[in-house]
Amino acid sequence: MDYALQQLLNALAFGAEYSLVALGLAVVFSIMGLVNFAHGEIIGVSAYSVFLAAALGLTSPFVAVLLAVGMAALAAVVFERVAFRPVRYAPTTTGLLTAFGVSIVVQNLFMLLISPKPQSVSVLNGLNQMWFFGPFAVSSLQVMELIVSGLTILALVLFLNRSTLGLAIRAASRDFATVRLMGIKANRVIATAFAISGALAGIAAVFILARRGSVSPDLGFGLVLKAFVACVIGGFGSLPGAAVGGMLLGFIEVGLLVALPQEYAGFRDALTYAIIVALLVYRPEGLLGQRVELGDKEI
Amino acid sequence: MLKVEKLVVRYGAVTAVRELSLEVGQGELVALLGPNGAGKSSTINALTGLVTPASGRIVLDGKDISHVRTEDRIRAGLTSTPEGRHIFANLSVGENLRLGAATRRDPAGVRQDIDRFLSLFPVLSERYGQAAGTLSGGEQQMLAIARSLMSRPKLLLLDEPSLGLAPKIVARIFDFIGELKAQGLTLLVVEQNAKQALRFADRVYVVSSGTLRYDGPPARLADEHGLFNLYIGG
Repeated sequence: MDYALQQLLNALAFGAEYSLVALGLAVVFSIMGLVNFAHGEIIGVSAYSVFLAAALGLTSPFVAVLLAVGMAALAAVVFERVAFRPVRYAPTTTGLLTAFGVSIVVQNLFMLLISPKPQSVSVLNGLNQMWFFGPFAVSSLQVMELIVSGLTILALVLFLNRSTLGLAIRAASRDFATVRLMGIKANRVIATAFAISGALAGIAAVFILARRGSVSPDLGFGLVLKAFVACVIGGFGSLPGAAVGGMLLGFIEVGLLVALPQEYAGFRDALTYAIIVALLVYRPEGLLGQRVELGDKEI
Repeated sequence: MLKVEKLVVRYGAVTAVRELSLEVGQGELVALLGPNGAGKSSTINALTGLVTPASGRIVLDGKDISHVRTEDRIRAGLTSTPEGRHIFANLSVGENLRLGAATRRDPAGVRQDIDRFLSLFPVLSERYGQAAGTLSGGEQQMLAIARSLMSRPKLLLLDEPSLGLAPKIVARIFDFIGELKAQGLTLLVVEQNAKQALRFADRVYVVSSGTLRYDGPPARLADEHGLFNLYIGG
């Protein structure tokens, strides 16, 4: 029972983390058609900010969390302003290559300016404790991850449904030109989408740091690949799809970890992706994606 | 109110609008007629700034807005209901109307305007919380015009409001356009459906192949030139 509960929490926590990062990708993709592979470096900027602040003596976990989220949002907005805005109207492949370029440049900056080796960050270790509920031992980090992700997604849903900018972001995902005809500034809509995407990455960065206790230049890259997969499962560009896809990916991974005998553990990723491929054969548009007919999207 | 001088719009090697000049005075309803592909929508898109003209000047209220961004032109009081309606299909009727008022900072006034349009078009009120994509074509057109009006424009550009709609509904929409004019709104209506467009027009321009073919009152258009000839470029 204890084991089952722990694994369930494990799956939920991983799923929540993938959902946060996948949502960040999806928010930007839905309005710009850009798969932002530099999203992982936003997580990197966030984590290194915490590392640098700690090195400068700012060791309060509260400050670290604020810094992580704030710097991630800022980094996302700066990436957009510097790298993605000039290629906004270029073909999608240009945006994709630009994202890879940003990713490589920023990773190399981490290596050159800080260190290619993992650096220890212990400021957030306090978040990761064991909590005992009667006979059950659960990780405080995982519980927080779940609650915070849930609240974050709720806040995002409220923002997208209540505020004018949120409505504009939803409308822009289908018809950007007409959003501009409403007098809403295109740059502001896009900058907001990037800021949201960055803040989500920053929240994920807090949890990654608390779990790993260290930061390395390639910190976010692997996670973004996972998030990309989560988006594909859920239906690319669909926000609920990204959240559901991330959760499902967490469950598949942890499920296989539990189900596979020790000697086959190496096949975990292969099996994960085999399941995903089978899912996509059955539903090519993803779980919650809409089949987009060619010519459906207006320019 | 609006003055366009020698507007040229090009898409690559294709010239869609050739040195088109037109004027819309305060309180006027001006019709811009012409066959399919005459450059009418290109003209409208150049006026809103969604398309960048190759040359020419666009003056609104004495101010040259040729190089002003779309968003700022809307804020300056010009707005357009695009061809094909372009309602936000994934948003509810109410959310569409709210986005139309995105430039306004008076929530009470916005709510009043929404209520006014809902009582004017009861069907929008019935479908208020529904996705706008579920509305019929005529209902979508009414929503699209109401959404444009939410920004309280001085000048409304209507691009083919009759497109794809049944004659009875087209007549209703033009009744509404006539009311808007009576309320003092300045309108530039682009149409292929000349009969409806001429009902309330003060003046008419006819374009074909991107060039102006006629400029004058609707009455003279009918007897002197014959619409038919203008349309086929005779």
